[in-house]
Amino acid sequence: MEILATIWFILIVVLWTGYLFLDGFDLGVGMMLPFLTRGERGKRVLLNTIGPVWDGNEVWLITAAGAMFAAFPHWYASLFSALYIPLTLCLLSLIFRAVSIEYRGKGHTPAWRSFWTWAMAVGSAGTAFCIGALLVITTTGLPLNGHGDIVGGAFAWMSWPVLLGGLGGLGFAFVHGLVFLGLKTQGDIRARVQRWAARAMLPAAVPFLIWFALSITHRAWLSIPVLVGIISLIAAVVAVRAGAEKRAFVLHGIHLVAGFGAVFAGAYPNVLPSTLDPANSLTIATASSSDYTLTVMLIVTVIILPVIIGYQIFSYRMFLGRIAETHIPEAHRVPVAIRS
Amino acid sequence: MDLDPVLIGRWQFGITTVYHFWMVPLTLGLGMLVAILQTIYHRTGNEVYLRSTKFFGKLFLINFIMGVATGLVQEFQFGMAWSEYSRFVGDVFGAPLALEALLAFFLESTFLGLWIFGWGRLHRAVHLGALWCAVIGSWISAYFIIVANSWMQHPVGVELVDGRPVMTDVWAVLGNNTAIAAYTHTLFGALAVGGSFLLGISWYHLYHRRKDGIDTVGADGTVVVGSSSELPGRDEIDHRVWINSLRIGAVVGIIAFAGVSITGDIQAKLMFEQQPMKMASAEAACHDGTEFSVLTVADPSSNDCDGVQNIFEIPGLLSFLAKGDFSTPVHGVTTLLPEYQDKYGTHIPDDPRYGDHAGEPIDYQPIMIVTYWGFRMMIGFGILAAGVCAIGLWLSRRGTVPDSKWLSRGFLLAITAPFIANSAGWIFTEMGRQPFVVAPNPAQLDGVYMYTQAALSPEVTPGMLLFSLISLTAVYGVLMAVELRLLTTYVKGGVASAMPELASSSTKPTITDDGDDVLSFAY
Repeated sequence: MEILATIWFILIVVLWTGYLFLDGFDLGVGMMLPFLTRGERGKRVLLNTIGPVWDGNEVWLITAAGAMFAAFPHWYASLFSALYIPLTLCLLSLIFRAVSIEYRGKGHTPAWRSFWTWAMAVGSAGTAFCIGALLVITTTGLPLNGHGDIVGGAFAWMSWPVLLGGLGGLGFAFVHGLVFLGLKTQGDIRARVQRWAARAMLPAAVPFLIWFALSITHRAWLSIPVLVGIISLIAAVVAVRAGAEKRAFVLHGIHLVAGFGAVFAGAYPNVLPSTLDPANSLTIATASSSDYTLTVMLIVTVIILPVIIGYQIFSYRMFLGRIAETHIPEAHRVPVAIRS
Repeated sequence: MDLDPVLIGRWQFGITTVYHFWMVPLTLGLGMLVAILQTIYHRTGNEVYLRSTKFFGKLFLINFIMGVATGLVQEFQFGMAWSEYSRFVGDVFGAPLALEALLAFFLESTFLGLWIFGWGRLHRAVHLGALWCAVIGSWISAYFIIVANSWMQHPVGVELVDGRPVMTDVWAVLGNNTAIAAYTHTLFGALAVGGSFLLGISWYHLYHRRKDGIDTVGADGTVVVGSSSELPGRDEIDHRVWINSLRIGAVVGIIAFAGVSITGDIQAKLMFEQQPMKMASAEAACHDGTEFSVLTVADPSSNDCDGVQNIFEIPGLLSFLAKGDFSTPVHGVTTLLPEYQDKYGTHIPDDPRYGDHAGEPIDYQPIMIVTYWGFRMMIGFGILAAGVCAIGLWLSRRGTVPDSKWLSRGFLLAITAPFIANSAGWIFTEMGRQPFVVAPNPAQLDGVYMYTQAALSPEVTPGMLLFSLISLTAVYGVLMAVELRLLTTYVKGGVASAMPELASSSTKPTITDDGDDVLSFAY
């Protein structure tokens, strides 16, 4: 039965889209940390807009990868082993991103702060680049042999889709971070992100738009969701210019969701095409787990995913307000009670 | 390059996993203890417990983030380096990983965020509940990952379809007796870590209060608690923070030891049945017998039985550990080897999927020096940790600790004992499973097994593996230094390092000009 595999394909696309939608703005905020504001308090404002929620958002990535492993082990195995070197870099980026947000404020020398500021920026940008590249590659394909292994050595994945996806991931996360900050900040920062977003939104979306367009060439009806995406994007630009921050954020998200929906509907039933021979392509039928496993996982997911979304919404509602520099307490210097 | 990629892959996995499992037991054990401390505060309103919660909660978070960061590597590297393994077991092994994310990680990370930023914002009971949700999330995650690992030790709930195990019974996988024994064993091991952590740090602070002349002892040795006006937070309440934490930590450490002993015994008895070769190697038991080896030596350069000398043995004890009586002989390596060779062959199949290892003879005997000493280090350091807890409890019975620098250093150092025991136990059980990555389960479903040599990603080269091995190890090394430095700084700062309000005499405004609260916590 391919219905179960199809449902799981959709769920995994939902998880990856959810990851980019949510952690996308965390990554965006992270990558602009050295640039958006000069002052220390301003930087702390940025960190605290994502402080309570970024870790929960990152779990969407863990779940997406875990669900790929469970539902499509061949997809997971072929893609992850083929991208061995870029994923190693992705992991190093994710490690620095995670540690920097927790450790940055725990030291007080300028060198310490500056190191973790840059660790946050490089880690966030690296993650956005790698995840964007991974998603584009899984639709454009890799030189896979009949066993599902990449042919051509450690760098055989290197080609234009890496650049397209990487820039797309960077661009999306950057702008998503800006529109998120528009919702979460006040004063100078709020004004600045509005200016930046108005200028960056269209150019930053170009790589992903190219990918959307390339993915639907063989299925004309998919131009409808892509058009929805483009219209949402334009409307988002209009909303940013009008200062309608909530609308801008939602519309920018819709552009992602509509585009991803079109791309993966265009890729279906392939999950990872082979550029050597279409017969080597991994499809939902050849890559998936047994119906029993898919059913068990589906039952759990159907029950638990609404609960997760529920408490994540609760968490967002708890931290709904805007943050200004006046809300940031003095940096707490750890006293020295024991000197030896 | 003629480097063996499987060997580099194993080092890479071993280093990243052992490292990850330094953070994890502290997260599991200390998280539970902080939740208990906050619960007592919630019930009693006693400031001692508020301070303990905030202080140990801060240390918990410094460590927690490293567990999160290094955990991602764990999930990705199955597919990256071990794609053949992932393809082979994906139908049954991926599910617990996905369930772990869905049922545990979301809970843990979302509610921990609420807890960190929720002081003074959330209703007190909701705030406490958030911590409990996060801690329970971490305990659930431990369950699922141990289910996955136990399936590699003792595969159940599957049938072979086209040479690949396919899950037929999820309840059998989730209820694997190996998993239940390993899970309880791991949790008690984590509590031992948490207990020793509280004990060592509290001892250090009580010692320094004595050294600085804040606390003194009367003629009968009972503590006379004092207060320092110079240093923030070192008042009478501070003394009770440390003495309470010390006692809680020591008692938890002792209870945890009882727990690991009982669950370890259950686990060992299962392992004698399920993986007899692992246990024979753990004992360096070459021949059948009833004797438990207290000390055995061998030529470390060879792994065969000829050079093994048993110096001191206790008759009957091994049989008791394995079977529950003193007379049933336990099979040794020389008896088991021919049995394995009969069942699974003497050579790796001449199949291209084994790469350079195709046609090689199979050594069914794990590296005995690792299993033997790994097993003994686990037990030895576990006993040491519990012994230190008992001694600590006794020496602090009059309300403070002796004014001894060396004792204080010793108790700090003893924090490492349960960590070493945890690592040694895992190294023993993972190395003892070799040469299998999925050990066979001859009693229930023979035929489902996989050699480690067949598990690696075929297209991944030694150079790629070295790249990730070196870069991750280097980054992990630096981050370990950073984490230890931060922990040291915060420990030295005492409770005030987690409670700015103790450090400042002036009351700062908590309301801004436009009437909003200043964040009670901010990065």
